[in-house]
Amino acid sequence: MQTALFCVPAVVAVASGAAVFTVDSMARATYALALSFVAAGTSLLLLDLAYLGVVTILMMVMEMAIMAVFMVMFMMNPAGLMPMSMLHNKRGAAVISGGVFLALGAVALLVPWPERRGTTPADPTRAAGEAIMGSKMLVMTGVGAVLFTTIVSALVLAVSRGRYGDDEGAQDGHREGRGPHGGHGGGQDAHAGHTDHAGHGTHAASSPQEDAA
Amino acid sequence: MTVTGAPVWAVVPAAGVLLAMALAAAVLDALLGTTGTGGGGGTAAAARGRRWSRPLAESARLMRQRGRTTVAPDRLLWRIGTAGPLVAALLMAAVVPVGGTVVADLPVGIVWFNAVDVTLWAVVWLAGWGPNSVYPLVGGYRFVAQALGYELPLMFALTAPAVAARSLNVGEVVQAQRGLWFAVWMPVAFVVFLGAVAAFGMWGPFSSPVGRDAAGGVLAEAAGVDRLLLLAGRYALPAAGSGMAVALFLGGGAGPWLPGWLWSLIKTLAVLALLVVLRRRLPVLSPERIVRIGWLVALPAVLLQVLVVSAVVVAKG
Amino acid sequence: MTLELFLLLASALFAVGVYGALSQQSVVMVMMGLELMVNGVIVAAAAFWYFLAPAAPDGQVLVLVVIAAMTVDMAMGFAVVTLLFRARDADMTDMAAELKR
Repeated sequence: MQTALFCVPAVVAVASGAAVFTVDSMARATYALALSFVAAGTSLLLLDLAYLGVVTILMMVMEMAIMAVFMVMFMMNPAGLMPMSMLHNKRGAAVISGGVFLALGAVALLVPWPERRGTTPADPTRAAGEAIMGSKMLVMTGVGAVLFTTIVSALVLAVSRGRYGDDEGAQDGHREGRGPHGGHGGGQDAHAGHTDHAGHGTHAASSPQEDAA
Repeated sequence: MTVTGAPVWAVVPAAGVLLAMALAAAVLDALLGTTGTGGGGGTAAAARGRRWSRPLAESARLMRQRGRTTVAPDRLLWRIGTAGPLVAALLMAAVVPVGGTVVADLPVGIVWFNAVDVTLWAVVWLAGWGPNSVYPLVGGYRFVAQALGYELPLMFALTAPAVAARSLNVGEVVQAQRGLWFAVWMPVAFVVFLGAVAAFGMWGPFSSPVGRDAAGGVLAEAAGVDRLLLLAGRYALPAAGSGMAVALFLGGGAGPWLPGWLWSLIKTLAVLALLVVLRRRLPVLSPERIVRIGWLVALPAVLLQVLVVSAVVVAKG
Repeated sequence: MTLELFLLLASALFAVGVYGALSQQSVVMVMMGLELMVNGVIVAAAAFWYFLAPAAPDGQVLVLVVIAAMTVDMAMGFAVVTLLFRARDADMTDMAAELKR
């Protein structure tokens, strides 16, 4: 029963993972990857890792929602409406990844894994929480520092008005700020609303003075 | 009051309750509305009488209406995006206790709620992407942008009651409020949570993803049953969020005289009515302003709130 | 449900990720391949925790660290892609060949 329960998310995870690189549409590719993560997170739930499983789903769906924006922004064929190949070195990649799978699979099956030591704690979430606030605190502090550095450096790299941008954004803003002013002048269009006034006045009759009033 | 899991068949009545709440919100919304008299002439009183039944009449109309297709839509993703909000609301409601029972008594119910609301990032964007049309796409992008603004404050607003209750289980959070409701001593988290509920439901000031300036945004190309599903999801999301607000901040089913489940429902309806009423009184904010408010006002405030809560918890020992 | 099954799932995910990272031309798609590889690592770490040493929390902490590493990968990857795209309108690995020098 447990094995059957495991097979469903496992098959979904691998199949949607493979779909990432076969579908044409970038939106589909991104959300296929999201589905793969959701399935992997579901398989963690089978290992009594309720918190980590749900957090994996949470993080990865969020990441993929952002990823989709970038995919559509940068890819040549975001909706897959124009079939085209974006691959290189297809055969080499297939051979290498097949080799990797065989090697890792052989390791998984052939290595005599040690006996299980201990049993799962009553509340694995609590155990993890106590570990990261206790014996493993240094690890998480380090992760925090790394994440903060990442935020700063990613912003420095990506913000166009920063050191590495070409100041294009600033110029654009300037151009927009100046804006065309022609549209706001008088002209017949500005008076179009007056025809709604019940009965009184037509285009010809409505004067600029009336507008100002 | 202890909260226990319900048998599997409880899924059906729970879904029914959620849909009834969504309908109640829609009816209240129609009653408060000043525009649209439901067609036909007659006196103002007659028009008001018709407004009662407008949500149901509109549902019936949409069920008979033909769906719309666009040029080269991504049908699969569009379907997912259309059904997504309602499904997300149902999944959220699964961890919301009603009185002493809850459909799914997950040990990490709060994280589950958070994960489901994150899936809204994906499904609303997909609902905008699917039709291959400009205005829905604009709406989808607006939602992702405003999600960036509200998500972190929401996460920390969820953290505060969890820290105070020392548990991620929603039932234990309810139990921890026996003496004092969390809304009383963590008001900032409560307000931020309500704001985030409005935001993920595309509601009131956060309704620019379905804004009129974008021809209805995500809703622009949806017709027939598709539109009905999206609208139902949009009313069901604040309903599920209100239920969670009651469980996390307003003591769940605690209250005198009446049974717990009734208190849960009454409180949820009250919070939902508050959201519906406020919706009409606040202007729509653009996503970039929501991000600014979220990161410069709500996030620091709710972080301070979590700090205060943690200090209280440590001091109490 | 055994350790071997979970490790097979992890290696399949990792291998698919390797294929994507090697065969895709676009930097964003290469990042998708990397994410898939990390996905395999998450499954493997969780399985090792559950089947070998559930009493110690190290496996769970490893999963958290891996998730954090993935977000770092994403953030930096997108920053670099944005920079690359702005510099020369390219998002393909082949077009960034001069980064080798």
